[in-house]
Amino acid sequence: MMGSESDAPPPPSSTPLDWKFSQVFGERAAGEEVQEVDIISAIEFNKSGSHLATGDRGGRVVLFERTDAKDNSTRKDLENSDYTVSHHPEFRYKTEFQSHEPEFDYLKSLEIEEKINKIKWCQTANGALFLLSTNDKTIKFWKVQEKKIKKISETNLDASNVKSNGFGPGLSLPNGDFSFPAGGFGSLRLPVVVSSQETNLVANCRRVYAHAHDYHINSISTNSDGETFISADDLRINLWNLEISSQSFNIVDVKPPNMEDLTEVITSAEFHPINCNTLAYSSSKGSIRLVDLRQSALCDNHFQLFEEHEAPGSRSFFTEIIASISDIKFSKDGRHILSRDYMTLKLWDINMNSGPVATFPVHEYLRPKLCDLYENDSIFDKFECCQSGDGSRVATGSYSNLFRVFESGSKEATTLEASRNPMRRQVPTPAKPVRSLPSITRVVGRRGTEAQVTDANGNSYDFTTKLLHLAWHPTENLIACAAANSLYMYYA
Amino acid sequence: MAMVDEPLYPIAVLIDELKNEDIQRRLNSIRGLSTIARALGEERTRKELIPFLSENNDDEDEVLLAMAEELGVFILYVGGVDHAHVLLPPLETLCTVEETCVRDKAVESLCRIGAQMKESDVVEWFVPVVKRLAAGEWFTVRVSSCGLFHIAYPSAPEQLKSELRTIYGQLCQDDMPMVRRAAASNLGKFAATVEPTFLKTEIMSIFNDLTNDDQDSVRLLAVEGCAALGKLLEPQDCVAHILPVIVSFAQDKSWRVRYMVANQLYELCEAVGPEPTRNDLVPAYVRLLRDNEAEVRIAAAGKVTKFCRILSPELAIQHILPCVKELSTDSSQHVRSALASVIMGMAPVLGKDATIEQLLPIFLSLLKDEFPDVRLNIISKLDQVNQVIGIDLLSQSLLPAIVELAEDRHWRVRLAIIEYIPLLASQLGVGFFDDKLGALCMQWLEDKVYSIRDAAANNLKRLAEEFGPDWAMQHIVPQVLEKVSNPHYLYRMTIIQAISLLAPVMGAEITSQKLLPVVITSSKDRVPNIKFNIAKVLQALIPILDSSEVEKTVKPCLVELSEDPDVDVRFYASQALQSCDQIMMSC
Repeated sequence: MMGSESDAPPPPSSTPLDWKFSQVFGERAAGEEVQEVDIISAIEFNKSGSHLATGDRGGRVVLFERTDAKDNSTRKDLENSDYTVSHHPEFRYKTEFQSHEPEFDYLKSLEIEEKINKIKWCQTANGALFLLSTNDKTIKFWKVQEKKIKKISETNLDASNVKSNGFGPGLSLPNGDFSFPAGGFGSLRLPVVVSSQETNLVANCRRVYAHAHDYHINSISTNSDGETFISADDLRINLWNLEISSQSFNIVDVKPPNMEDLTEVITSAEFHPINCNTLAYSSSKGSIRLVDLRQSALCDNHFQLFEEHEAPGSRSFFTEIIASISDIKFSKDGRHILSRDYMTLKLWDINMNSGPVATFPVHEYLRPKLCDLYENDSIFDKFECCQSGDGSRVATGSYSNLFRVFESGSKEATTLEASRNPMRRQVPTPAKPVRSLPSITRVVGRRGTEAQVTDANGNSYDFTTKLLHLAWHPTENLIACAAANSLYMYYA
Repeated sequence: MAMVDEPLYPIAVLIDELKNEDIQRRLNSIRGLSTIARALGEERTRKELIPFLSENNDDEDEVLLAMAEELGVFILYVGGVDHAHVLLPPLETLCTVEETCVRDKAVESLCRIGAQMKESDVVEWFVPVVKRLAAGEWFTVRVSSCGLFHIAYPSAPEQLKSELRTIYGQLCQDDMPMVRRAAASNLGKFAATVEPTFLKTEIMSIFNDLTNDDQDSVRLLAVEGCAALGKLLEPQDCVAHILPVIVSFAQDKSWRVRYMVANQLYELCEAVGPEPTRNDLVPAYVRLLRDNEAEVRIAAAGKVTKFCRILSPELAIQHILPCVKELSTDSSQHVRSALASVIMGMAPVLGKDATIEQLLPIFLSLLKDEFPDVRLNIISKLDQVNQVIGIDLLSQSLLPAIVELAEDRHWRVRLAIIEYIPLLASQLGVGFFDDKLGALCMQWLEDKVYSIRDAAANNLKRLAEEFGPDWAMQHIVPQVLEKVSNPHYLYRMTIIQAISLLAPVMGAEITSQKLLPVVITSSKDRVPNIKFNIAKVLQALIPILDSSEVEKTVKPCLVELSEDPDVDVRFYASQALQSCDQIMMSC
């Protein structure tokens, strides 16, 4: 009886969580300049939440592992872990590796940045971790494994005396005339290998999936069948088999015959977490399409379309720009899709295309500032979104290193700042202006004041410090978010 | 460090390098594993080498793959079949590796060893391996286990057999789709070893679960199981159990499943027999031929001949031919192309009348298709239609198609048609060829693309072989030799190439009278590339010509070339002179 109670999702009218600072990695010391290459560009928890990966603009992938879980957990634990420990999850640095290097495409005279756009975890096997990482053009499949350090202590020949080697024309092995005694040669012995208890982590690039995208890859997503994944760029979505890097199949192509007719690009794509044949992709016009891979080889026709039409009177120059969806995420059970556009977070029921089941205002207070935002290009910032494992809460990032957490069924938001003191700033919702606290809310921008906008309430927003990337732990109330080069974690 | 006798030194190095830092050295040592085993002797191989390999299996995939392969043929080196079981532990650990090709090879080697083991040893050693793998913690291990059941099962006693069937059933319902896929694709092999009574009950129920799997990728593989199981079951059981599955698969929501059915359907027809084929499978096939998805139609169209062969002509004409007609104007060029590559095979099935009345119009429309691939596929199968209706009926439509392809702006298309010219020539006969195609063959020698010129030269040789030296003397040689004075050296090179190819076919007399003088004249060319190619051609001509001719004409020319200012010309000329001398010596 009690067990079934605890499994049910919390009621929609749950009270806002009390978020507390948990950890920070790569914290910036006062006055320290942020190196461009250190800026975090991707965050992803694995399916069980036992590991976290971040990618940065320098093409590195950093892995963190959970420390409060048992180290020698079995596969079953890892696959569907359900931690009931009372203390909050903590992570520690595990390893890092250089995933991508800067390249130059000589045919197109284009520089290819090493920046990691997305990371996705794959199925764990044999205790090794597997993940996909991508920059603008090339996807790589990585295996990260602990290896015991081994030493060879005994050989037949003194290492310093070996002049030639066993292959090549230098030495010829005994041929047919050479007779082997029945008992073998007693003097020969196998090398003795001593393995120490020390281990080191080795990251191996197992496969490189390249040359399939003319435009920049914005998403990758693995299929529930465990053997395929997709990669999406502005105009096309390709389907790959994890084991085959030499070919991929184009399944969605929105490129018009004449590029001048182009009105809409793909901004994000994700596989349904359970149904292997369902794929969702979002567009710059604010629509989300569901396609069924079973229907045909080329999935140009969607079977479900989600879009919200702006009220006719409110159309402006910015309407289309702010409608562009920067990120979509399926809920864990695949029933809902969370989308982020410039102004809002929207939650859609995949069976209901008449409109979102919930809309959460994120940037409503910026509406009067759209002109400025357009001029400094901030209006094109691509904020990610995430949903709690039980689907009851959603979160997304904002400017001034702030992020907001919404309770489903309520428009109330908790606003937190990515710093050691997350509750330092309480940004008011525009409906309820509160007294300004300029001395506290003032954030010192790196580039001085020109990037700051002060709204009517005296709150200022720093458009150079934006919190684009964040992820919610799959089973716990733990959010990892990136503020420039620092990874902050908060729990509730 | 131990001292090693001189003759053993290479083996000692080989053994040490099992643990070398360089992967190439380790790989080399693994490849020489049999030599190491022989040097150690059977007993030490069993007691030392095999355990050593079992413990040191954290190497690169390449090395592990080689190890898995070597161990498969290692029974000889561990003391014969009686000791074969010592090989199981290292292979068992290789079955856990996450790289698929290593696991597959380890499974293959395990099967090979298991198949040679004594029945009692299989029960004592092999079955426990299978059970351990099937209960493995990681999915990789369970995937590997699926490929071993068909070896373990036949030797097992009754009780163990039932246990193995149960385990296999569980694998088919594993949480991980990868395991279910492995179980589905190995089901046919396993089922072939299971007794008929259990086949109809347990195996069929496993199979039914797989055919209803949520994952498309699993159902896909279950389609392959249909054909495999169909062949094992009695025809009436096949009709009762397999046929409904196929019919429902043919209407599956996933086009990939229907694609698999389209590919496999004719095999299933053989399994179920003629009556159900007529009633159930022909309608299913017709639906696939008219599928919404082009990929499915491609697969179905590609099998149309094979399918018709197992039907009566009436059925084929009544049900299949109308679909074929529709497919010949399909909106997808790939469908038409697939159809074009097999459609001629239908001619013998339908008989002459139906072919002329019904098939020929389709055939002719495909021959005029706007896509070159479709036309090429028709032409490539020309011999088949010729046998049925004769070339006269065709030549009117054929010639424009050939001429158009010969002048296509894509060089790959031109290349493809050149490849078919000898076939066409043999089918059309000398007369037709002279009138229509001779000029084309010459034209290709002056194509802008090297590959075409090269193919054209080769084509002349094949034509000369087909029609004989006399014909070639009249219709090829004069025209070719005329072109040797082309102002562009690359075209002259093609002619030189053609001459060297024609010479062996034409024989000594024509070569020395007609071809050699042209070659000798060309040796005075101002372009060094021509000159060193002449040296190469002369070298090739030496065995054909008679020795006095070589002495009199070839040698002086080569001597002159060997003093050329250009280094490459000198090099090839001196090479030719060397082989000249060798041949003279041996005479």
